[in-house]
Formats: sequence, structure tokens, C-alpha cells
Amino acid sequence: MNLVLISLITLGVIGSVAAVILYVVAKKFHVFEDPRIDEVEEALPAANCGGCGFPGCRGFADACVKSDELGDLFCPVGGNDTMKKVAEILGKVAVAKAPTVAVVRCNGTCEHRPHNNEYDGVKHCFIAHNLYSGETNCSWGCLGFGDCELSCEFDAIKVNPITKIPEVDEDKCTSCGACVRACPKLLIELRKKGPKGRRVYVNCRNEDKGHITRKACEVGCIGCAKCQKVCPHEAITINNSLAFIHDDKCKLCRECVIVCPTNAITDVNFPAPKKKKEEAIVN
Amino acid sequence: MKTFRIGGVHPAENKFSAGKKIQQAEIPKMVAIPLAHYIGNPSEAIVKKGDLVKVGQMIGQANGFVSANVHASVSGKVNKIDVQLDASGYKRPAVFIDVDGDEWLETIDRSPVINRECNLTKEEIIKKVQDAGIVGLGGATFPAHVKLSPPPGKKAEVLIINAVECEPYLTCDHQLMLECGEEILVGVSILMKALGVEKAIIGIENNKPDAISHLKQLATTFKGITIEPLKVQYPQGGEKQLIDAVIRRQVPSGRIPVEVGAVVFNVGTTFAVYEAVQKNKPMFERVMTVTGKDAPNPSNYRVRLGTYLAHVVEQAGGVPEGTGKIIGGGPMMGRSLMNLNVPMAKGSAGVLYMRDEESIRKPVQNCIRCSKCVSVCPMGLEPYLLMAQSERNMWPEMEADRVMDCIECGSCSYTCPSNRPLLDYIRYGKATVGGIIRNRNAK
Repeated sequence: MNLVLISLITLGVIGSVAAVILYVVAKKFHVFEDPRIDEVEEALPAANCGGCGFPGCRGFADACVKSDELGDLFCPVGGNDTMKKVAEILGKVAVAKAPTVAVVRCNGTCEHRPHNNEYDGVKHCFIAHNLYSGETNCSWGCLGFGDCELSCEFDAIKVNPITKIPEVDEDKCTSCGACVRACPKLLIELRKKGPKGRRVYVNCRNEDKGHITRKACEVGCIGCAKCQKVCPHEAITINNSLAFIHDDKCKLCRECVIVCPTNAITDVNFPAPKKKKEEAIVN
Repeated sequence: MKTFRIGGVHPAENKFSAGKKIQQAEIPKMVAIPLAHYIGNPSEAIVKKGDLVKVGQMIGQANGFVSANVHASVSGKVNKIDVQLDASGYKRPAVFIDVDGDEWLETIDRSPVINRECNLTKEEIIKKVQDAGIVGLGGATFPAHVKLSPPPGKKAEVLIINAVECEPYLTCDHQLMLECGEEILVGVSILMKALGVEKAIIGIENNKPDAISHLKQLATTFKGITIEPLKVQYPQGGEKQLIDAVIRRQVPSGRIPVEVGAVVFNVGTTFAVYEAVQKNKPMFERVMTVTGKDAPNPSNYRVRLGTYLAHVVEQAGGVPEGTGKIIGGGPMMGRSLMNLNVPMAKGSAGVLYMRDEESIRKPVQNCIRCSKCVSVCPMGLEPYLLMAQSERNMWPEMEADRVMDCIECGSCSYTCPSNRPLLDYIRYGKATVGGIIRNRNAK
């Protein structure tokens, strides 16, 4: 009986001393963490993709709580709904951003861009890019080995086995930007998704002079500036023989699509064309 | 017999074009003279469209210290200054000239007399070398005048001439030594004077006994020049490997050879220095080898800069049937060419046809940790580890494992029994780490 009592008392005393020490240490070295960080983290999609520019969702939550305004902070995966929730928790104002989507700016399929050599090295875009310009005459276009596909955590970008050009699944794409960083040719851009997913963009990145581009690819931008002249909203600029449509100015009138001589400008998710191209030329 | 002490491989030599006289390649109808160099800034064109140029006239001005002048290799009219695809398919600036006759500048001495006396001072020699646009012909095309002006506080003790030609197939240096031995030795003594050294050693691999005996005989009349026969081992032509082989000194990681008192020049460069200093002839042509197992006529040509490789290949009998790849340079360091419409540059040492079955890469298998790559790496690196790091984008670890020391000789890929693309990954890692280091230094 005595033995039991002694052990109970000894253990009890050790336990209480340890508890006191732990309590004191915990108080002394307490790091205050805003409870709202947990709340915000709860509201985030927990994809940990890094698309916001912070290390994971917790890093982003921490930044949201600490910053005065939510201006530049935006979760591309959750979008405006998530940011609204975050703003409610923190009592700050969320700046609504138009949803964006990854766009691959190359249309150099085997049909449009004939191959003139065969690459038998390591099937990775970054290795091939480091060795030479690619299997076609266009040194700007897609290599087609699918580094973007490997980089995507949402299964949203896939290289089409027939055309060898990556295609983006708009519903799955969260515009986290992983593929933008993975592409050694800098082909992928995050563009505004546009109303009903409608958008117009130059489907080419070739900065060579027109005659060189023409020889390399049927659908390359030759920098003729017809689109720039016809654009009523001044949304198109031309640099190094390459047109670029600024999505914040573009009103989706599609005048440029009609005049482009090489069909380098692509419109997506529009209903059947208003005018036929031939008619437009006659007019 | 001496050789370097770490690593190395010995691929089949296949020197089919050995002993073939250097032929003057026909001058083409048009040339595209590249203005960009492998290292340093591209030169600036100083001619305009429509200008008439003579052979040897300067058309591109060096842009910065590590850059070289470019001279017209033909006479005629400048057609345009435009971009031209290089061997890896990227666009580089070039001067296009329509050939009209073959009129040389009057200042160039075209007589065959060998002029042994050189009374110029050190500075005058370096100035002449710089004006003539001479770059190292060993492959890296590093401007020669930069090597001749060592950083302050560093003094060269010995001049080493790289005449090993360790790349299989290539024979241009070998043939040059046989035909222009005396000129080369005069070039060596000019370089010795420019560097202020008393001693020069010419390292030659002992698979070229005729060149060794020929130069040994000639060297008796020159002061301070010795010939060092070396055991055949690839990559003995690497600067640091050659220094180790010849004078048994090792260049520390990240340092330059002059810090151990050695300066290395290629034998082809030495000949160009002779021509520039004694004959006023700038660098506008070089010797290149056209070869391959099935080549109709393996041969050595003296080719004007900017000649399209297709033109050279045509003279050598055309591309044989069943060629899978055409390599610019040797089989180990050379790169496969996208097409033959590539102008030859100062660094083009050869065109090599590879048979279809030789050229196809074998299927990649897993690393079995046999460490063959480690034992052959001449820089003492661990290629299997660097490849694994490159695959996983572990840049700081790669830097710590000295990826920047890699000389890209390809011994690791050559020796790997699992056919792993070690060099491809290491090269990618080296490029990325090099970019990171440059960014850091710029800050």
C-alpha cells in the first residue's frame, strides 16, 4: 500500500512540477498568432499551388492578415468568391479581378509548321531548348514535349498527341501560373477569361521578320500591322514584328481576326462568325 | 608517356582523313559571315549594304574587350546585314557578301616565303593579334589577345601549345602541323615574345608520330621550344587537362590557367598568329575536316569564313547514303547540325557524317551506381549525382557540387552502360546555375 502511495505521490509531484515548467515556458515564449490566419486558411482552397506567389495557402493567409489592404493579394484558384470570404473574415475590401486562364500562344501544328529534323534526345522541353531551336524552322514555337503538362497540378493542360500543341481545359485551369514558368519558350500567358469565356489573342510568339516567319509557319504573326490599323480600341501593339492584344483594352469586336492575313489571331468561345472573311474583303 | 591524371576515355580514333593534303576549298558565290561569337558580345557591322569589300577588309568591329574583329573572307559587294540561322537553329547577325573575283587587300603578303624574323615589341604583337580578330581555334573561340594580356599581378611562365587533337575523326591540326610546321614554330616564338616567357611546350598525342618527328626536327633551330609526346586520351585537348599532362600542375576550381603560370594556345591559333603578325593576314579562313565512316572522300579543306557547309560538303563528294546525323565538330564535343545551310564560323573544325544506326540514341535505363562516370570525369565531378540534381532542379546543391567546373566533354555520357543522358542534364543545370551566379554578381 505504502509502495503504491509513494509512487503515486512521486509521479504526481514530478507531473505537477513539469506542468508548472511547461506553463511558465509556454507563457514566456508564447508567439502570438492571429487566430484569423487559421480562419482565412480554412476559407482558401488548400491547393498549395503557389499561384499567389506565397509558399502555400498558409503563407498567403498570413500575408492577407498582415497587409493593410488586399489590393495585390489574390488567390487565382479560388477567384473572386474566395477573396470575398477572406475579405469578410478580415473586414477588408477585396478588389475584384477578372478571372484569367492560361493561353498557349502557338498554333504550329504539324500541318501548319512542317518538321525539318528529328530530335531523339531527352524528351523534355528544357533540355531540347538548351540544345537547339526545335524540330521546325520556327525557333519560337512550341517544342511539344509537355513540360507544361508535367508542371500542372490540376490536370488542366495536355499536349494533344496529334497536333503536338498543348491544350488548356478552361474549367480545370486555375491560372496558378505553373505552366507559364515551365515553358522555356515563354509561350504561355495568363489572359482574362472574358465574358462567357470569349477572348481574342494572337496565337503566335514569333518575333522574326515577316518573310522568315512565313517560311517557317503558315499561321505565324508576320507583323504586318493590319490588325493594329483596324482596331478601333487601340488594343493592339506591335513589337519586333509581333502583334500583341492587350486584354484590358480589347472589346472583343473581332475586326482583327477578320483582317489577319495568316489567321494568327484566334477567337475562342464565340458563336458562329458574324461575317465571312471573303465578304469582309469584298466590302 | 605522360597524360592527365584524372579520368579520361579512349574512343576509337577513326582518323580517316589523316595524311590527306589540305585542299583550298572553292570560293562560293555568296558567303554569310557570322558576327556573333561563341563567347562575348557580337561584333558590330561597320559596312553597309552595297559596299565593296576586299578579302581581309574589316567588316565587324569588336564590341567590348572579350570580342573579336571580323574580316571579309571574300571580295565583292555587301548584299545585306541580316540574321542567319546558326548550327543550333537560332538567329545570329551575319554579313552577307556576293562574291566577285578574289581581290585581296594590298597589305597582305601572299608570297610563300617563310618570314622567321619578328622585330615587333610585345604591345605591337598583341595589337596585331587583336586587329586580326584572332580567336582560339580549339573550340571555345576565346579571343587570343585577352589570353595574351594576363590580369595584373599574374605572370605566365610557360606557353603550352595544344596540338593533341584528341577528338576522334578530326585531322585538321595534324595536317596543318605536317604542312606548315615551320610557320607554326615561328608563331610559337612570336607568342613567347608576346607573353615574355622563355619556354614553350608543344603537346602532341603519340598517334601522330609523323607530326612529332617533323616538329622535333624543326624545333632544333628554335630556342626554348620542346615537343612533348603524350599518351592518347580524351579530353586531353581541354585546357586544364593539357596543363596537367604537360607540366603536372592542376588549375584550381574556378581559376584560370595563368594562375598556375601556364597559357595554352591551339596549334591552329598559333598558325593564325604567324599569318597575322608576319603576313598581315587577318583570320578569315581555317582548316576543317570533312569525314565519316561512309564519307566518299574524307579530306581536309582550307575554307573561307562564312562559306555554307553545304558548299564544302558538295566538294567533298556530298552526304553519303544512310547518314543519320551530321555533326559540326568532332563526335564528342560537336553538336548535330539542323541542316547544312549553316555558315562556317571561326570555331568550325569539321563536318562529320554519322551512320543512321550509330546516331540513334539507345534506350535509357536506370542508373546502376557503377560509378563509371565518376571514374572517367576529367574534372573529378560526380556526373550521376549532378544529373539527379538537375532532374530535380536542385540548383544550390549543383553549385556546391561544382557543376560550373564541367567542361562538357561528354566522357560520362560516352561511358554510361545504361545510356543515361548525363551530359544533357548537366549542361542544362550548368546553364541555369550560370544564370543564377550572373544574376547574383550583377546585384
